[in-house]
Amino acid sequence: MYEDVIKRKNEIIQKAVGIDYSKFEIEGIAFDYDRMMKEVSYTIEEIRKIQSETQVGNTPLVELKNLTKLVRKVSKPGKGARIFLKDEAANPSGSFKDRRASVSVYHAKNHGYKGVIAATSGNYGAAVASQAAKYGLRSIIVQETFDSNHVGQPEILEKGRACEAYGAEVVQLTVGPELFYYTLKLLDETGYFNASLYTPFGIAGIETLGYEIANQVKSRYGKFPDVVLVTHAGGGNVTGTARGLKKAGAVDTKVVGVSVDLRGLHMASDHDFNRKSFTTGHTGFGIPFSAYPDRVDVPRNAARSLRYLDRYVLVTQGEVFFTTEALAQIEGMMRGPAGNTSLTAALSIAREMDEDQMIVVQETEYTGAGKIPSAQLTFAKKMGITVKNGDSIKEDVPGKVIAIPENVEQIGIIEYSLENLKKSYVKEAMKAYGKQKFSAAEMKFMAEDTNSNLEQIEKNIEEVSKDGKA
Amino acid sequence: MITMAKQGDWVKIHSVVLEPFERAKNLPEDTKKVPLEMWINGFLKKNGEINDIVEITTLSGRTVSGKLVEINPRYTHDFGDPVPELLKIGPILKKQLEKGSA
Repeated sequence: MYEDVIKRKNEIIQKAVGIDYSKFEIEGIAFDYDRMMKEVSYTIEEIRKIQSETQVGNTPLVELKNLTKLVRKVSKPGKGARIFLKDEAANPSGSFKDRRASVSVYHAKNHGYKGVIAATSGNYGAAVASQAAKYGLRSIIVQETFDSNHVGQPEILEKGRACEAYGAEVVQLTVGPELFYYTLKLLDETGYFNASLYTPFGIAGIETLGYEIANQVKSRYGKFPDVVLVTHAGGGNVTGTARGLKKAGAVDTKVVGVSVDLRGLHMASDHDFNRKSFTTGHTGFGIPFSAYPDRVDVPRNAARSLRYLDRYVLVTQGEVFFTTEALAQIEGMMRGPAGNTSLTAALSIAREMDEDQMIVVQETEYTGAGKIPSAQLTFAKKMGITVKNGDSIKEDVPGKVIAIPENVEQIGIIEYSLENLKKSYVKEAMKAYGKQKFSAAEMKFMAEDTNSNLEQIEKNIEEVSKDGKA
Repeated sequence: MITMAKQGDWVKIHSVVLEPFERAKNLPEDTKKVPLEMWINGFLKKNGEINDIVEITTLSGRTVSGKLVEINPRYTHDFGDPVPELLKIGPILKKQLEKGSA
């Protein structure tokens, strides 16, 4: 039964997204990404119009003056960039995911689909459900919610409640990648649109976020931001934001991806599932999806983060809880916590930068029961995790210890080498396509897809082959 | 506890989607040992009792069958307990902000 459905994957998906991906194939790993992004979706002007009609976007950009002041107190003289926050929690369902959902659901409605389906345990579910409500479509959200003891991750339980509140049917599953199998079955059964996170629609929807940031900063301060920090998971947030910045002309703005460090926890493990306090924005998605973007539920992933990342850093769970508390206590904004992942890194990166420079943190998310730090930390303690104050970078151990800093000075970041990620990309490509030699077209594609050059790709292929023999 | 549910009641049903032997290859050992289980809420189509196999109409309008496990299922997540490790942060940061700015 499982195998039968998986075998029909391409046929089911093609019908459920209405995109003929074969049009963009070149050969092997290579496909025409730019043409796909241009032809399949809508222009940024069209998307701005679609989004404004459903109250998505045009969110406030807030200067975090107190946090900036605190950062400057622990920085060298003249250092401590101004920190701005794009308050994406102001979107209808409370996160930037409304941008993503808005285009998919609009497209589904205009193409005669009666409903939409999304496989997501994150804010995206509520976004799809909310947009579906606006367009009068049915919606089904498939979530990975429980471990085998029927213990639910509080944040995911909350997202399930939110989806239901917007009128979606919520399918709650135990841990495992077969969530995808059940989603395929539902798509096949209902004929609904697959509001995948990874179609060109979903990514184009986020472009307005980068576009707005560039324009808001430019119109207020006469220049584009120096750095934009983006919480990095499946790659859509990075890809869409970076493309939007470029479309607004902010070509010199550095795009830094930030993930919560959950290295060491297995994302498909029944045991590990409830031993993490973050269900998205973490390395369990950030690293593998960068290295092998096409591992998703559509033939070609429109989210390709290595094309756009200038730097990738990690923060700990304890640091994000600190930052979430700080944002509430001294800026009066209760948000997150997962949505504060990149804000956490801002507290450290701002110290490297000059006072007249500007950092924009590009998201916040709504909070509440299940999500709020006290809910997550109470749950973590119940699951046997040690929660304490301390030096988070040194003491935090995913799945075992959450060490929460007590002041801004203790906030640090862990650099994750983009060169290593690019090498992993080549390794995954060699594995997926079962070869060590690629055609000229494939080499050119891999260079573009990793924002590197042919020499680097050749060098990485050579090194991966050598590592394999060693 | 009420164990009888009436037609039209909002209920939760449970079913096993895949038995352990039917699951995907390449799963971690702990996940491989357990079934893939599912819970869905909906309106009960005919009167039934806890543990009965029943049919529901979901919010998307689908008909789904499974074992009736809960009537008027509660949202169990909450705000948790106050966390001392977090509570101390606000006062520390406020003091730091005030220092030298008088």
